[in-house]
Amino acid sequence: MAEIVGAYFTSHVPAIGGAIARGDQGDPYWKPFFDGFPKVREWLNEVKPDVAITFSNDHGLNFFLDKMPTFAVGAAEQYTNADEGWGLPTYKPMQGFPELSWHIINNLVEDEFDPVSCQEMLVDHALSIPFELAWPDADAWPVRVVPIGINTVQHPLPSAKRCLALGRSVHKAVTSWQGNERIVVIGTGGLSHQLDGERAGFINKDYDAFCMDSLASDPDAMTRDSIHEIVRLAGTQGVEILNWIAARGALGPAAREIHRNYHIPISNTAAATMVLEAA
Amino acid sequence: MTIAGMTGEAGQPIPGTHLFDGDAAKKGYAINAMCFSFNHDENRKAFLEDEAAYCAKFNLTPDQLEAVANRDVLGMIAAGGNIYYLAKLAGIFGLNVQDVGALQTGLSLDEFKQRLLDQA
Repeated sequence: MAEIVGAYFTSHVPAIGGAIARGDQGDPYWKPFFDGFPKVREWLNEVKPDVAITFSNDHGLNFFLDKMPTFAVGAAEQYTNADEGWGLPTYKPMQGFPELSWHIINNLVEDEFDPVSCQEMLVDHALSIPFELAWPDADAWPVRVVPIGINTVQHPLPSAKRCLALGRSVHKAVTSWQGNERIVVIGTGGLSHQLDGERAGFINKDYDAFCMDSLASDPDAMTRDSIHEIVRLAGTQGVEILNWIAARGALGPAAREIHRNYHIPISNTAAATMVLEAA
Repeated sequence: MTIAGMTGEAGQPIPGTHLFDGDAAKKGYAINAMCFSFNHDENRKAFLEDEAAYCAKFNLTPDQLEAVANRDVLGMIAAGGNIYYLAKLAGIFGLNVQDVGALQTGLSLDEFKQRLLDQA
């Protein structure tokens, strides 16, 4: 039976890609953030996943406002990155795992979720940067990918409660999968930040601490606020915490924290990195 | 008001915050469609070569045209622009999200960076 080896969570700020491209990991501005990653890499090297189920949001590369799915599950043989318009390098393609994708899609629908299935899907920095951070020297990614997209761009967004339930349903699907893969769950984005409006630059250290403290032990605590209140507390883009909440659900019922790093600011964002294992 | 005071009261509007909802998405469709096109380098070049002609191709509304001409980010948001798409326009001018933050808050770039640091 397939095993979920754990979950890795990180911010995915585009500027991180710029820092990697320039080799600025040791620069005083960037070091406190990149210092969070040797532990992640060491852990990945120990647990050796060969599949990643990921939760992230598109930022206007694959989805436009003509069609904006609340939940989207990739079911492609391969996922490529492309020019996002703000000068990042184009990242390596990711190999898909369509059989597992369809198993998850079938089980989600059976479980009364209604995802959009995508046999073609571009992946943006929200996946590529977490992969670059996790496996910086890889010639090809060591994992096949099932990418799950959550709309955090255009309101109404799915509730935090719904995102946690989605993740739990993905977990349930994995438990009935007959393969013997080693699966890492990845949740990306956040933590608190706001790019737009007169409140641009808003960060909320206390709310971030609440989220990080709740993630392993009590993820339901993060689902009690409405989307409106989460935006108030986390910022308009801090609502990407929904990706973390869904990923936490996919990890399984009980979890323990094995790593945490938090630093303010990276670009306009409170940057965080965590690793959890099933308990 | 300090940034820390900008959470407001539960159940009330959020200070300095414009949720990108269905109304905004409908109103902002043209400007966001134009910005989405900037995923392609040839389109970024075409915009730089003849900004007015490029905006005309996407049928921007008068409010959107004025905000783009004035590089008025809050105006673009008021006209339905979504920041993820607007960031692609900003990228054409070599501006990043910290520059865009400074433009929206009336702070200098250094003051905006300090605002971020002050919340650590």
